[in-house]
Amino acid sequence: MTPGLLLLFDLLLPAVLLWLAWRSLTSSDLFRAVILFIAFSLLLALAWVRMEAPDVALAEAAIGAGVTGALLLVALARIESAAGRRLSPSARWRSAALVLTGTALLAAAAGLLWSLRLLPTMPGGLGPLVDRHLAESGVDHPVTAVLLNFRGYDTLLEVGVLLLAAIAIWCLDEAVPFLQQPLESQLLTGFNRMMLPILLLSSGYLLWLGSHAPGGAFQAASLLAAGMLLALFSGASLPAQWSGLPLRLLLVLGFFAFLAAAIIGPLTGRALLHYPPAWEKPLILLVEWLLTLSIALILTAAVIGGRPTGSRLYPPPSSPSAEGRRQ
Amino acid sequence: MTELCAGLALFLLVTIVLGLIRIRRGPSDADRMLSAQLFGTTGVAILLLLGQATDRSFWWDVALVFALLSAVTAIAFVSRTEPAETAQEQRDEHGS
Amino acid sequence: MDPRDILSIVFLLAAAPFFLAGTIGLLRFPDVFCRLHALTKADNLGLGLIVIGLALQADTWLQSARLLLIWLLVMLSGATVAHLIARTALRAGRKPWSGRS
Repeated sequence: MTPGLLLLFDLLLPAVLLWLAWRSLTSSDLFRAVILFIAFSLLLALAWVRMEAPDVALAEAAIGAGVTGALLLVALARIESAAGRRLSPSARWRSAALVLTGTALLAAAAGLLWSLRLLPTMPGGLGPLVDRHLAESGVDHPVTAVLLNFRGYDTLLEVGVLLLAAIAIWCLDEAVPFLQQPLESQLLTGFNRMMLPILLLSSGYLLWLGSHAPGGAFQAASLLAAGMLLALFSGASLPAQWSGLPLRLLLVLGFFAFLAAAIIGPLTGRALLHYPPAWEKPLILLVEWLLTLSIALILTAAVIGGRPTGSRLYPPPSSPSAEGRRQ
Repeated sequence: MTELCAGLALFLLVTIVLGLIRIRRGPSDADRMLSAQLFGTTGVAILLLLGQATDRSFWWDVALVFALLSAVTAIAFVSRTEPAETAQEQRDEHGS
Repeated sequence: MDPRDILSIVFLLAAAPFFLAGTIGLLRFPDVFCRLHALTKADNLGLGLIVIGLALQADTWLQSARLLLIWLLVMLSGATVAHLIARTALRAGRKPWSGRS
């Protein structure tokens, strides 16, 4: 009976995911589209769970349902307050989006199915290969070993992409007030007082967990970013002297630490990203810690959506005159 | 036990699908936001049950992350100034 | 059957109507404030009964503690979010349903 029930679950979930994705793209109201996207991320995390990919599920739950949801809502609020009205994409654009996405999806699906037939059959895939060399990698969890050691090149470039995204966002504009009006709520303050330490602790827990179980830097970073976002929503800001050089140093620290670890190989006569033996575990630990900090700051900077001005708080505090706008 | 957990997980997924109707209907943004909040809670329950059904307890770590972050999007929502209702929404609200 | 198993089954089955009530309330209640009530029933009682049912099945105290922690966090978040959403809706001008629509 169990295979039957779980099979039904596995059939219903992708159907709902596809439907949510379609409705999110073609919705006539942008806010509804954002909420549908948040629901989509939540269910996608469940899908990763069913596909036995706990590291991705953790990342999807934290980044997709948490940080990205907040980012989209903040961005939408900002655009709508600038436009002065609720926004909806035009009908012509929506049908064009549908046609384009449908065609691209069909082409991608066809390409994937065709390439599947060309794959050589390898029993067990790459899993046994990783397991055989796991002891040399410095960690006990195969996913972390692959991410930070065997295929560290991909992760290094991904962090580089994140950093580029933060730079691009900063190039666009200066930071605007994060809150349109101050959110004065004693309940929220109490909630944050309880949640911030818990989030910090959980972030450290996931980071530590990554060496021997599903977890790691990205997941820990998104929890840390969520904590920073909670602080921002309560009105916290970074003082001006911290938002200049110190903030920029912390943002690039993760990437450059990883790069430095990668260059040790060529400097000692090995390939790039080939860590010296017995240095693997400490190097990976150090890189993961610094990556967590940097990625958390990058994610938070992305939600803030503008560069610090160096002379004001970052992000700037909301102005009391915004209160009058709502009436 | 395993069948019960799997069956309950399926049942909860169906309640999520039903909850999507509220996102469509609205009529206010708050209604849509609280639907998303309910999905988060139901998602936690589904994860706990799936973890029990497949006998892997690291799914419970994913449930922990869900629980930790369920408030962040909602707090982002309440920080915005709700833009002026469209005429359609005013009609919807007085209708239902 | 093991009495622990029977108790777990009872608790798990008891949780289902609360989640169902949450969804039905979400769909049928007349305004956003009533729907928030429905939401929190699923949070507290629905998830709580599931947690109790699963905790009875846990092998170690640590696992039960994890389940309990998840439930407490969900209740904390749910209560805060329900209050904040209701406050936002009130300030946006929504009047609670008075039964005379």
